[in-house]
Amino acid sequence: MKPITVENIVKTYPAKNGVVTALKGISFAVDKGEIFGLIGPDGAGKTSLFRILTTLLLADSGSASIDGFDVISDYKQIRKRVGYMPGKFSLYQDLSVQENLEFFATIFNTTIKENYDLVKEIYQQIEPFKTRKAGQLSGGMKQKLALCCALIHKPSVLFLDEPTTGVDAVSRKEFWEMLYRLKVQGITMLVSTPYMDEASLCDRVALIQKGELLSVNTPKGITGEFKKPLWSVKANDMFRLMNDIKKDASVESCYPFGQVHHVVFKTQENSKEELERIAYTGNYSEVEINLIEPNIEDCFMALMQA
Amino acid sequence: MKQFLIFVKKEWLHIWRDRRTLFILLFMPIIQIILYGFALTNEVKNSKIAIFDQSKDEATVNISDKIAASRYFNLVKNVYSYKDIEATFRKGEIRMAIVFPRGFRYDLLHSNHAQIQLIADASDPNTANTLTNYATSIINDYQQTLNPGEGLPYTIKTQVRMLYNPELKGAYNFVPGVMALVLMLVCAMMTSIAIVKEKEMGTMEVILVSPLKPFRIIIAKTIPYLLVSMLNIASILLLSVYALDVPIAGNLGLLIAESILFTITSLSVGILISNTAKTQQTAMFTSMMSLFLPTLLFSGFMFPIENMPVPLQIISNIVPAKWYFIIVKEVMIKGLGFAAVWKETMILIAMTAALLGVSIYKFKIRLA
Amino acid sequence: MMETEKVISAKELTKRFGAFTAVDKITFDVQKGEIFGFIGANGAGKTTAMRMLCGLSLPTSGLATVAGFDVYKQNEQIKKHIGYMSQKFSLYEDLTIRENIRFYAGIYGLDEEQIKEKTAKLLRQLRMEGQDKTLVRALPLGWKQKLAFSIAIVHDPAIVFLDEPTGGVDPITRREFWSLIYEASARGITIFVTTHYMDEAEYCNRVSIMVDGRIDALDTPANLMKQYAATSMDGVFLQLARKAVRTGD
Repeated sequence: MKPITVENIVKTYPAKNGVVTALKGISFAVDKGEIFGLIGPDGAGKTSLFRILTTLLLADSGSASIDGFDVISDYKQIRKRVGYMPGKFSLYQDLSVQENLEFFATIFNTTIKENYDLVKEIYQQIEPFKTRKAGQLSGGMKQKLALCCALIHKPSVLFLDEPTTGVDAVSRKEFWEMLYRLKVQGITMLVSTPYMDEASLCDRVALIQKGELLSVNTPKGITGEFKKPLWSVKANDMFRLMNDIKKDASVESCYPFGQVHHVVFKTQENSKEELERIAYTGNYSEVEINLIEPNIEDCFMALMQA
Repeated sequence: MKQFLIFVKKEWLHIWRDRRTLFILLFMPIIQIILYGFALTNEVKNSKIAIFDQSKDEATVNISDKIAASRYFNLVKNVYSYKDIEATFRKGEIRMAIVFPRGFRYDLLHSNHAQIQLIADASDPNTANTLTNYATSIINDYQQTLNPGEGLPYTIKTQVRMLYNPELKGAYNFVPGVMALVLMLVCAMMTSIAIVKEKEMGTMEVILVSPLKPFRIIIAKTIPYLLVSMLNIASILLLSVYALDVPIAGNLGLLIAESILFTITSLSVGILISNTAKTQQTAMFTSMMSLFLPTLLFSGFMFPIENMPVPLQIISNIVPAKWYFIIVKEVMIKGLGFAAVWKETMILIAMTAALLGVSIYKFKIRLA
Repeated sequence: MMETEKVISAKELTKRFGAFTAVDKITFDVQKGEIFGFIGANGAGKTTAMRMLCGLSLPTSGLATVAGFDVYKQNEQIKKHIGYMSQKFSLYEDLTIRENIRFYAGIYGLDEEQIKEKTAKLLRQLRMEGQDKTLVRALPLGWKQKLAFSIAIVHDPAIVFLDEPTGGVDPITRREFWSLIYEASARGITIFVTTHYMDEAEYCNRVSIMVDGRIDALDTPANLMKQYAATSMDGVFLQLARKAVRTGD
C-alpha cells in the first residue's frame, strides 16, 4: 500500500467566462519514506493538489488515497495521520513559539513530551526564542516552527506546500537537511517548490505546469531524458550574444543561465563550429564554449516547449 | 475535552494580547452608557427662559420664583416688551418665555380667571412640549397652594402618575437598548471576525486538517466572547444602578439568564456571518450593516416601533434585539417575572436554534 | 562600461534603530547601466539599505548619493529619478493594463503625448497589443511581472530598484523577464536587484553580499566564485552567511 496515490485528478474552479481547470487529470504515486517533489511555477496547480490530498478540497473527478484511506470518504482518518504545512506559514502570530507548539500538539491529541524526539533537533534551534511571539520570528525560524507544529503528532505523511518560498538560502539549506533526517525516521514527504534547483534534493520529482505533469522521475532520470547536446556559451557582451545566437536558423533554443547562455541546436552536427562562427563574426572577446550536462531547469524548459 | 480547552485558551490569548481591541470591547459599553446617559437624554434641564412680567405683584413674583428655582429652568433675563421677547428668541438666548399680563393677581382673585402666556421655541417640538408641560405643572402647583383643601368648584383635576419611571428618566429606556446593542456587537461582530481571521491567516487550513471536530472549533472560539459579554453585562448593570439610578426592579438571576440567552443568539449570528464572509473587512461590514443599524432602528430603543409603517413593524420582528429589549424592560424596569416574558424568551430560543441549525448545516468541513 | 559615471555612491552609510545597527557602514558604488545584485539573508539589512537609497528612510550617518542627489536633502528628487518594483506590490489588479500604464506614467509627470507613445511602445515590446483593456487580475503571473517591470521604467529612470522580482514564475518567463532587464541595462538604466535565489545573482554584473548589516563581499559573480572556491553563487553565499551572528529580522 503506497502512502500517497493520485489517480486522474481533475479540479476546476468557476471563473467569469466558464471555468478554469487547475488540474487536468493528474496521476502519480509516492513510495514509503520517499521525498517526492512537486516542481512548478505559481499557478501550476500545486496548492490545489495539496488541498485535495489533505482533504480540504474536493476534486471534480478522479481519486486519491493517503495510507490507503480515500480522501473523500475517509477524511477523518486522514486528518488524524497527516501533517500539513500550508503555503503561508500558518502559525498564530500573537502566540509564542511554545504556545503555538503546545496548541498544535494538543489539538492532535498528543503532547510535546510524547513526540519530542521527532522534533528535538529542529526545536532546539528555536528553543532560545520560545517565549517570543511567532509574528516576530525571522522567515527561517517561522519555517522551523511551522515544521515542528506539523510534525508534533508524528504524522506518517507530511505535506509541505512551498516551505522554502521567501526564505534565504542558508535557512533553505538547513530546512532540507531537516527533511533528510525525517526521511530516516520513515516519514513520507510531498514537497512543492517553484525553484528548480531544489528538485535535485528530492528522491523523485513531478514537474508540473498549467495543471499537467510534464514528467515524473528521479532527478537523474529527468536530466537523462534530455537527449540533445547542451552548450554553454560565454563572451564579453552577453545581451548582444544572445540575440545573435537566437537569430541563427540552426539554433533551437538559447536561454540565459546566469553568467552563461545555454544553447541547443536543432541538429547535432557541427554545433560547436556554429557557435564559434557566431562569436567570430560578432567580434566577441573572452569567448568560452563548453559542452555541459543539463540541469532540471533545462529539462523543464525543454518539456514546456514540447 | 483537552483539545477543546486548549482551543479556548488560545482564543483567550488572542483577545488578551490584542490589548487595544480588548480595551474597546470592555470600555465600549461603558462609554455608550455614559454617552446616552448624560448627553443624549430626553430630559430637559436648566432650560434658559425669560420672563415678561407686566404685573409685578405678589402672585407673579411667587410664580416666577418657583419657576426659576426649579431644576428645569434657568431664568436668564427679564424682558419688558414683546419685541424684546422676540429679539431674545432670535438671538437663541432662551427656549421659552413667560408672559404675565397686567393685573394678574387682581384677575386671579376677583374674576377667578387669570392668564399666563407661555411662548416656546417650537423649532424643536419635543423640547417645546416638555417645557410648557413642566411650566404648566409648576403653575398648577401654585394654584393648589392658593386654595388649600378646597378645589375650585367643578374643576376636574387630573392626577398623572408615571409608572415604573416616575421621574421620566431617559435612562430607563436606553439602558436596555445599550445592553442589546453592545451584546449584539461584541458577540456577533467579534466572533465572526475571529473566525474569518483564521481563514485569512491560513491557520484554518491546518486546524481543519486535524482531528478536531469542526463544530467544536466554532464553539471554542465563541466561549471567550461569551465571557467578555458577561463582563459587559455586569459593567452596564453596575453603571445603571450606581451612576444612573436605574434600579433593577426584577429578579437579577432571571435578567442574567435572559442576557446569556441573547448572547448565545448573537454568537450564532456571528457564526453564520463568518460562514459566508471571506475577509475580516467583509465580516465587519456585514456585521455593521446587518446588526448595528437594525438593532438601533428596530429594537425600539431609539424609535418607537408602534409609530413605524406596518412593513417596518413586521421587519422589526426578525431583529433579535427587539425581543431582548422587551425582556430587559419587563424584567429590569418593570420588575416582572418570567410569566411576563416567556413568549419573548421562546422567540429568542427559536431564533437561536434556527441560526445554529443553519450554521451547523452550512459549516464547511473543507475549504471553499 | 563607463567607469566615470556613478549612479549610486554610498560611503559608510549607517542606519541604527536604537541600539540595533541595521546597516553598518556600507560603502559601494554602482555604475551607470550596471546590473547590481544586492544579496543577504533575512535580516541582514538589505531592505533597510534599499529604503535609504530610495529616499524613504534617513540614514543615521554616512554619505550617499543616488542619481546625483543627496539622500539626506534631496529625497524628493531621488524619487523622481528612480523606479521601483516589488513582487508583493506593483500593479492595481482591478485596473486594465492601459489604466495602470497611464496611472504610473501620470504620477511621474509624463504628458499626454508621451503617455500615448510609451503605452504603444510598451505593449508592442511585451507583445500585448490589443490586450490593453484586459484587467491586470486576469493576466498570468509572469505577464504581470513583465508588465510591472516595464511600467517601473516607463519614465526612463536613472535606476530601477527590484525587490525580489521573479519569485514563483516558470523558467521561460523568468528568462524573458531577465532579457527585459538586460535590454533596460543596455539602454543605460541601472538595475539594483535583491533576491534570495542565488542562480539569479549570477545574472548580475556585480553582486554585493550583506551579512549582519555589513557588505562582506562585492565583486563579479565569476570572481566571487573563484575567491571562495565555489562552483555556484549558492556556495559563495553559504560560506559568508553562515558566519552571521544575527538570527532574524
